[in-house]
Amino acid sequence: MEKSLFKKITGNQMFIPLMALLLLVVINLVVDPGFFKVTLGTNNAGNPVLSGYLITILDYGSELAILAIGMTLVTAASGGQDISVGATIAICGSVMLRVLCGTNPRPDAIQAPILVAFLVACVVGMLCGAFNGALVSFFKIQPMIATLILFTAGRSIAAWVNNNMLPIVPDPKFAYFGGFIPGIPVPTTVFIVIICIVITILLLKFTNLGLYTQAVGINEKSARLNGINPTFMKFLAFVILGLCVAVAALIKVSRISTINYSVIAKDIEMDAILAVALGGNSLSGGKFNMWASIVGAYVIQFLTTTLYKFSVRSDALAAYKAVVVILLVVFSAPKVREAVGSFAKKLTSKNALKEEA
Amino acid sequence: MKKVLAVIMASIMAFGLVACSSSGSTTTAGAGGSSAANNDAGNGGDDGGNGGGGSSSGELIKVGIINNDPNESGYRTANDADLQAMFTKENGYDASFFYSLKNDEQIQQAQTFIQNEVDYLLLSAADVAGWDTVLQDAKDAGVKVILFDRTIDADPSLYEASIVSDMAKEGQTAVEWLAGQNLSEYNIIHIQGAMGSAAQQGRSGALEEKVNAEANWNIVMQQTGGWSASDAQQIVQSVIDSGASFNVIYAENDDMAKGAVAALDAAGISHGVGKDVIIMGFDCNKWALEELLKQNWNYDGQCNPFQASYIDAIIKDIEAGKTPEKTIIMEEKGFDAATIKQEDVDKYGI
Amino acid sequence: MENNRMLEMRGIDKSFPGVRALQKVDFSLNKGEIHALMGENGAGKSTLIKVLTGVYSKDSGVIRLDGKEVQIHSPQDAQNLGISTVYQEITLCPNLTVAENMYIGRGKAKITNWRKMNADADALLSKLDIPAKATQQLASCSIAVQQMVAIARAVDMECKVLILDEPTSSLDEQEVEKLFGLMRDLKATGVGIIFVTHFLDQVYEVCDKITVLRDGQLVGEYEIADLPRVKLVAKMLGKEMDDLSDIKGEMEPYQGKDADEKIYEASQLFSNAGIKPFDFFIRKGEVNGFTGLLGSGRSECVRAIFGADRVLGGTVKRNGKEVKIRTPRAAMKNGIAYLPEDRKNDGIIGDLSVRENIILALQVLKGFFKPFSKAQANAFAEEYIKKLSIKTASADTPIKSLSGGNQQKVILARWLLMHPEYLILDEPTRGIDVGTKVDIQKLVLELASEGMSVTFISSETDEMLRTCSRMVVMRDRKVVGELSGEDLTQSKIMSTIAGGE
Repeated sequence: MEKSLFKKITGNQMFIPLMALLLLVVINLVVDPGFFKVTLGTNNAGNPVLSGYLITILDYGSELAILAIGMTLVTAASGGQDISVGATIAICGSVMLRVLCGTNPRPDAIQAPILVAFLVACVVGMLCGAFNGALVSFFKIQPMIATLILFTAGRSIAAWVNNNMLPIVPDPKFAYFGGFIPGIPVPTTVFIVIICIVITILLLKFTNLGLYTQAVGINEKSARLNGINPTFMKFLAFVILGLCVAVAALIKVSRISTINYSVIAKDIEMDAILAVALGGNSLSGGKFNMWASIVGAYVIQFLTTTLYKFSVRSDALAAYKAVVVILLVVFSAPKVREAVGSFAKKLTSKNALKEEA
Repeated sequence: MKKVLAVIMASIMAFGLVACSSSGSTTTAGAGGSSAANNDAGNGGDDGGNGGGGSSSGELIKVGIINNDPNESGYRTANDADLQAMFTKENGYDASFFYSLKNDEQIQQAQTFIQNEVDYLLLSAADVAGWDTVLQDAKDAGVKVILFDRTIDADPSLYEASIVSDMAKEGQTAVEWLAGQNLSEYNIIHIQGAMGSAAQQGRSGALEEKVNAEANWNIVMQQTGGWSASDAQQIVQSVIDSGASFNVIYAENDDMAKGAVAALDAAGISHGVGKDVIIMGFDCNKWALEELLKQNWNYDGQCNPFQASYIDAIIKDIEAGKTPEKTIIMEEKGFDAATIKQEDVDKYGI
Repeated sequence: MENNRMLEMRGIDKSFPGVRALQKVDFSLNKGEIHALMGENGAGKSTLIKVLTGVYSKDSGVIRLDGKEVQIHSPQDAQNLGISTVYQEITLCPNLTVAENMYIGRGKAKITNWRKMNADADALLSKLDIPAKATQQLASCSIAVQQMVAIARAVDMECKVLILDEPTSSLDEQEVEKLFGLMRDLKATGVGIIFVTHFLDQVYEVCDKITVLRDGQLVGEYEIADLPRVKLVAKMLGKEMDDLSDIKGEMEPYQGKDADEKIYEASQLFSNAGIKPFDFFIRKGEVNGFTGLLGSGRSECVRAIFGADRVLGGTVKRNGKEVKIRTPRAAMKNGIAYLPEDRKNDGIIGDLSVRENIILALQVLKGFFKPFSKAQANAFAEEYIKKLSIKTASADTPIKSLSGGNQQKVILARWLLMHPEYLILDEPTRGIDVGTKVDIQKLVLELASEGMSVTFISSETDEMLRTCSRMVVMRDRKVVGELSGEDLTQSKIMSTIAGGE
């Protein structure tokens, strides 16, 4: 009974990300219980805002959580990863600024409604996704190679969209998306993530996106013989990721109301892939657990914030993430799992012996 | 595999061309202060002409310019625009531009320029090391080399002149200004640029020296933001969350200062002239100087990107048979919010 | 006798989550003996083999080889002890050459002498009469040849114990004979052979002894002479077998008014799989079949009907009206279902649950935006798990952890759930135990009597004779004849396949 419960827990896909989260929580709790303090203050515009490490994690983990949704689908369907998301964030962000500011990098007022700018960015994001998706699904290019094109060219395209200028959005409302809406003390990004998650839940509940994507990722030939169009499903996954990228770009650009083409969302693709892996999803495609990926994204942000708190140099962050990757690889290896399993069995049998004695 | 790579390379090249010709056309509008309003959009086209060597353009001085990617930063964009405006046919130059952030690509291109028999090779190297051989080749081929913006580890005899910003001096100017504020205690959040870059080393060095020397100067947090605004925002957010008190943010570029300010705004901490936290940035972006004008920031240190006129003067000197000075350090200012004027913004903003 | 004992397994136990796959199983093998291991799907044959070859580690029990106790922790250990295996499903690397597949992972030398390796391989292949070249890529060989290469590999490893796990399920009769010759040769040299198969005929043709397993437990070990067929089947099933022969007579043919209507008709249909254009039709409530040697194009024909390969030409009529069927989806919309031959690659979706595998086809047909509710999906799954008596821990179990026969039943359930007008079954009984085979045959006739049209393909002609009322005969990717009524006899089929009157 005990053993089966143990197996049930360790066998669950949420086990790895939740354990990682728990570990980080415990470390912080031991070192400084103040880590979890959340206080209500006012910002410089005189509006109430919540602040504290937890809020910071929720706030800054948003982009990653949203990207993890799309990356999970792409990984499941194509068995590969999109490494161009950072560069396409730059493109989407740049397009958003181009629509808002027109040709003048320092306009006195925005030239188009924010909603229009966002929708245009969504279209552009989906087009970028469609480009990647077409290469992967129709031309059967490996996802990493296919997305390498936008990965290398994306930031130049982003700069070209705005003639190399760095526009600044004059409207303070634009900053709401990456900051706070007056009167609401919770960061807007949290709401954006919730909206994305709700849409995802609805999508998975009211369509067969999950079933089809997994079927294609596990056995493409078989999926085809069941009437599923694998080419289209892969394409669709990339387009959805493109949409996620556009939303992440909105947050990123809104945070500082401007853009720096070369450093915006730098290396975020690797974090997004890591989130998927941390969620216990196979990077070679097939079955996926969306919620585990999202938790994985927040675990990464939790780690980042914790390290910042301990004043670990941020250029050393990558090394810590590497440690996480190593642990992940080790723990997901079948040999290690077996060893841990038999060790647990030994423990329980020893206990049983003791009880008998 | 090779085919795919070829396609990728080709597309990068294509985008590069688009990018550089478009940046060329912005020059007139953006850097109105500099001498040339006669810029043409033909830089991309000139690239092709070099290999042909049809010497009908014998009057022109042929220069090959190797620079870093203009998208890297606002500084680099302004730098590139300045060069593009100066080295035109109207000014007597036949110029080819090449951009890369990678040293080996730059070296390769330098070899190409030497083979194309340029008269001058203008170089802003991505990395300080590895240039000896190619510069020796240049010397043997009679190509004169002028370094701008960045210096390299090579024998000075291999180049004619080097026009550089003194990053350490930029840092010192800023730190002296900060010392002049006469605060009773300095609790500083120090946000560094990408570690190891010349700008980071110069700007960090001056501050660290001062902090070590003075008892009332403390560093609350020293962290690299990698020139990125959102990283800086997170770093400052982290300090705010920890509850530590601070009264100075020393950010090594404008973007990071902006990110830091965003975190302060969200937390309700006042900043600027006469407020709780002193904000310091570098590079003198136009928008940053405007923040100074609005008294939101306190100080911005210049890193002068306008090197074209210096280079032009050196080439003229050499053509006239004079020997230029080996190292030319450009004049750089630091702006104080208390004294900055609109003219400064217009003139020095990039 | 005891001195002859080569392999002895005593009290082998092995459990998986939720299943006790083996309980106190004994097994022994003598030198120069061919020993059949029999049992229904899920009886534990494969598990026992995998314990012996080190793929699984046993929970308890002893394995002795030549009287000495041995520990087998990996397939490499087994190989080093002289235990070689040829599995039911091909486990070679399709992207390597034949020779590479034969010698991969075996050389002790660090450097491979390619020329020698290819020459050795060619010599062995020609000795065994295997129609393949050493330098040919394995994937370009037919499944039968691939299987034989796997056997050649095992034979060449100078093994003491050779395990053949369903090696004949994809071989035709001639190839089987060749294999049996090979087995007898090996037996004469003192190799002990464990032979796992579903073909009763083959057991009685080559084996000396039979060990029967049922539900993970040992039923008994018998000399072949002491155990007539009927008894063997009874031992395997745990009950007396009612009848294997005449099931066709028991079922009423479909009696509806529309019994003569051609629900599907194709003319000059052909695909990119290399078949000649062919004409075909099926009436409502009819069971017909494609027969022919392996590779004669019978699978390719039905794949063209279903749109599984790229259809290049021909017209298709459904109930007399012309329709366009170019994709599986279109075929499904026209009421056609297809159970593919290659279960592992074309049928199951391994990581998905039994439930998801069952509802998949109907779900796709219903539409992307109309998923079944969890309750509905569960109801469907439970219904068919019961109906087809699928042995699975639960509907949530991944299909890949089921035994082959049960996987096949799940796929069958998938298509039955769709309630097709026309069901195509390509080798539905391959690698399945006798009991299930009869169940499936009965089911086919039952469905037909309710008005479903069924095309049935099987390598076992008697199986087709039992179910089909009309058979299309194929040779060399061409339809060469059609038999029905009186002509439906084993010998007539053989002569039509052979051709040349």
